[in-house]
Amino acid sequence: MRRAAPAVLVLGLALLPLAAIEPRVYLTLTIAGLAMGMLIFLVAAGLTLIFGLMDVLNFAHGALFSWGAYAGFTALVLLNERLGWAEAPSVALNVLLLLVGVAAAMAAGLVLGVVLERVIVRPVYGRHMFQILITLGATIVLEELIRIGWGPNDQVMPVPFTFQGSWDLADVIVLRVPVVAIVLGLGVYAAIAFVLGRTRVGLIVRAGVENGEMVQVLGHNIHRYFTGVFAAGSALAGLGGLMWAIFSQSVRPAMGGEQLIFAFIVVIIGGLGSVTGSLLGSLIVGLSYNYVAFLVPKAAIGVNMALMVVILLLRPAGLFGSGK
Amino acid sequence: MAETLLELDDVHTYIGQHHILQGVTLAARRDAVTVLLGRNGAGKTTTMRTIVGLLQPARGSIRLEGRPIHGLKPYEIARRGIGFVPEGQGIFATLTVDENLRLARLGDDAEAHARLARVLELFPDLERFRAARAGTLSGGQKQMLSIARALVNPNRLLLVDEPSKGLAPIVIEHLVEALRAMKAHATVLLVEQNFAMAQALADDFYLIDDGRTVHHGPMAALVADDALKKRYLGI
Repeated sequence: MRRAAPAVLVLGLALLPLAAIEPRVYLTLTIAGLAMGMLIFLVAAGLTLIFGLMDVLNFAHGALFSWGAYAGFTALVLLNERLGWAEAPSVALNVLLLLVGVAAAMAAGLVLGVVLERVIVRPVYGRHMFQILITLGATIVLEELIRIGWGPNDQVMPVPFTFQGSWDLADVIVLRVPVVAIVLGLGVYAAIAFVLGRTRVGLIVRAGVENGEMVQVLGHNIHRYFTGVFAAGSALAGLGGLMWAIFSQSVRPAMGGEQLIFAFIVVIIGGLGSVTGSLLGSLIVGLSYNYVAFLVPKAAIGVNMALMVVILLLRPAGLFGSGK
Repeated sequence: MAETLLELDDVHTYIGQHHILQGVTLAARRDAVTVLLGRNGAGKTTTMRTIVGLLQPARGSIRLEGRPIHGLKPYEIARRGIGFVPEGQGIFATLTVDENLRLARLGDDAEAHARLARVLELFPDLERFRAARAGTLSGGQKQMLSIARALVNPNRLLLVDEPSKGLAPIVIEHLVEALRAMKAHATVLLVEQNFAMAQALADDFYLIDDGRTVHHGPMAALVADDALKKRYLGI
């Protein structure tokens, strides 16, 4: 029962607004909330693993999000200008374009993540204050590099034709991009759950989250796994950036920093190091943000902070935290 | 006299600014049980952690079968055939018993699987609770798991730090049996406060005081020497 409590909480929170919102609007908001939750999850999943396994506070995670968005943006713009893949009314070409964008975004996140880990994070393992300072510094540098390369202004993200507009399901308007985001988020969660739960690498990573020293004494080179997790987490941040750019149909150099706040809230709500916790935390944040933004627009961000406070008061280690 | 498997020569270790080991010299004979004795804070656990590479010695040498292992990473030392059963067990509470054992098993060949099966025969409780989370085991079972984990690899040397700490006397009896089984598989270096248990298991002893090895010899000699026991162990 105790293990089911967080899921019950999410369901309860999701159904509560039905009392004040008309069902059709509620459904639209719910889909938007789930999509936003999944997008936050892409960022938070990497963050929670990096924090849980390596005890590293990586504030540069947001900059990797922005870089992923811009890398994907560039790929989509170039392919659309040269070959017209985004405007073509062909599902195959549109999906292919999205996949190329995803690959570009993840590659950008991965490469930058590995460089960050090797060059600036490795010297400050175990020293939180230095980690915060140096990763914040890296964020500033990475964001400025985006301004130099792509300019300081917002730019319009091309959305492949197939994913534009909405489906009309029994009079309920269902936007397509959020559905893609939800499917992608579930896919990523399933992939992470499989790797962590069913493979030897996952076993070592889970053990490392609990006690890294002991994992080494058992003969495993934990640093190799650290780099791998950092790279995977960074690639997910890049993917999150691209999907957010498609969702909001724009890219901005500072977009990562804004999402990072949500991601940190989610990581804390879910429990440090817990991927399932991050998923539920993301859904809670995404749903409550959308419901409250509709009912009391000014309280939208505040309600997430309030939720975090309430959850931490009830469960100080977060929904799925081990209390490390 | 049998040949020496592990040799420490004038090992000095610092933790932060504190000079904890100030000259530990010891030799563990192959296939024997060597026990490290000494008061709390004498440096026994620090010695163990230095051998497995979790702490780096500032001076001195550590050799396994004559080859230096100081300066290597903990995982490299483990792969040389040293198993470690740390104080407080060091098991992974959120993983199942089975996962704890699989994590420890470095090989994946038939021999490695057969060895795991033999270890489980040795500890029927672990076989019974194989799918349970290790955190739900009793203190004694956790200690058995920690020992079993060190036995699933063909380790030449097993370091066991205070296995009886916090366990009920009846559980300690089982533990002594488990450690005897361990002795059949490898050379053992044991840290133990429980003198009766040390006496039951050890062939040789080393006394550590203020970070230095001050006496050593056959266990029987220490058992007979009341003055030495009183001076360094307060018993």
